[in-house]
Amino acid sequence: MSENRFEPEIIAFCCHYCAYAAADLAGIMRLQYPANIKVIKLPCSGTIDILHILKAFEQGTDGVLVAGCLEGGCHFIEGNIRAKRRVERAKNILDEVGLGKERLEMFFMSSADGTRFAEVAKEMSDRIRELGPSPIKARGV
Amino acid sequence: MIIASQKSLEEIREMIKGHQRILILGCGTCVAICLAGGEKEVAVLASSLRMAEKISGTEKQFAEHTVERQCEWEFIEEIADRVKEADAVLSLGCGVGVQTLAQRFPDTIVLPGVNTLFMGMPLEEGVWGELCSACGDCILAETGGICPITRCAKGLRNGPCGGYRDGMCEVDPNRECAWVQIYNRLEKVGQLEKLSALQPLKDYSKMAHPRRIEVKIT
Repeated sequence: MSENRFEPEIIAFCCHYCAYAAADLAGIMRLQYPANIKVIKLPCSGTIDILHILKAFEQGTDGVLVAGCLEGGCHFIEGNIRAKRRVERAKNILDEVGLGKERLEMFFMSSADGTRFAEVAKEMSDRIRELGPSPIKARGV
Repeated sequence: MIIASQKSLEEIREMIKGHQRILILGCGTCVAICLAGGEKEVAVLASSLRMAEKISGTEKQFAEHTVERQCEWEFIEEIADRVKEADAVLSLGCGVGVQTLAQRFPDTIVLPGVNTLFMGMPLEEGVWGELCSACGDCILAETGGICPITRCAKGLRNGPCGGYRDGMCEVDPNRECAWVQIYNRLEKVGQLEKLSALQPLKDYSKMAHPRRIEVKIT
C-alpha cells in the first residue's frame, strides 16, 4: 500500500439486532473488510438522529453509513423506515451544504448477513476513497 | 398557531454575509411545532451552516439558543448577554419574534431565518393548513365553524360560487370547497336556514394595518 493512499474514516451506525450482529458474524467468519469503518451500536436504526449524522460530518468524518434491519423485519416494527427517512433528509442537507449526498448511505441487512456487511463496508470504503477526503477535514477541524 | 417554514440555506448564508459571530435563536412555541424554528431546527441549521462556511473557507462562529417565546419581553430578557456577544442574531421565530427582538435590542442586527406563512393547525403528520385570516370580524357563528374568508379561494361571504365540481374547488381541484363543507356542517347541526340569509359585504376596514387592542386590566 502506498503511503500517500487516502484511507477514509467512515462511521457506521449499526442496529443492535441486525447490522451489529452481522459485523460480529463477519468477524467470526474471518471475513476481511476495511479497517476504517468505525462501528457505533444503536439499539435500533430508528434511534438515529439527523444530528448524529451531521455532527459526524461536522467533526471531519469522510463518510457515514447507517445500517438497519431488512424492510419489514425491524424488531421495533418500523424503526428502519424512520431511519431511512432521516437519512434521506440528511442527504439533502449534505447536498445543500456542499459535502455531497454520496458520502452518506443507508443499508438494510439481517443479522445473518456477515458477508453482506463485509461487502457494504468495502463498497462504502471504495466509494469514499473515490470521492476523496471530506473538504471539512481538509480545512482542519 | 403561527405556521412558518425555514428559508433555504443559500438565502440564509447570503443574509449572514459580513457577520462573524452569529447567534441562532429558536422559539419554543409555534415554530417549534411546525418544525421551522425550535431547538432541534436551531441545532440542525447551526451544524449545516458551520459545515457550509467551513467548506467555503469563511470561518464564522455560530452560537445556539432557544427561548420559550420570542414574542414577549419576559422571555427574551434572558438572552440579553448572549445577544451582546453576537454581531447578528438569526431568529428562527416568526415575524413577531424577529420584530420583538429588533425592538428590544435596537443596536443589534436581527435577521429572519424563516418565512412566516399563516395561522393554522396540523392536519396530519407534517401537514399544516391555514384556518384563520385574523379578519377582525368573526363570522364563524353563521358558517358552522368553517371560515370562508380563509378557506374559500375567493373569500366569498355568500357562497358557494358556480365553479365547484363534486364538492371540490375550481381554483384547486384537490381542495374541498369551503362552502360545500359549510353546507354539510350546517345540515348536520340543523342550521341550514342560516344559508338563506343574505350576508352583507364584509367590512375589511377592520383588517387595516397595523392593528392594536387595549384591554383594561382589572
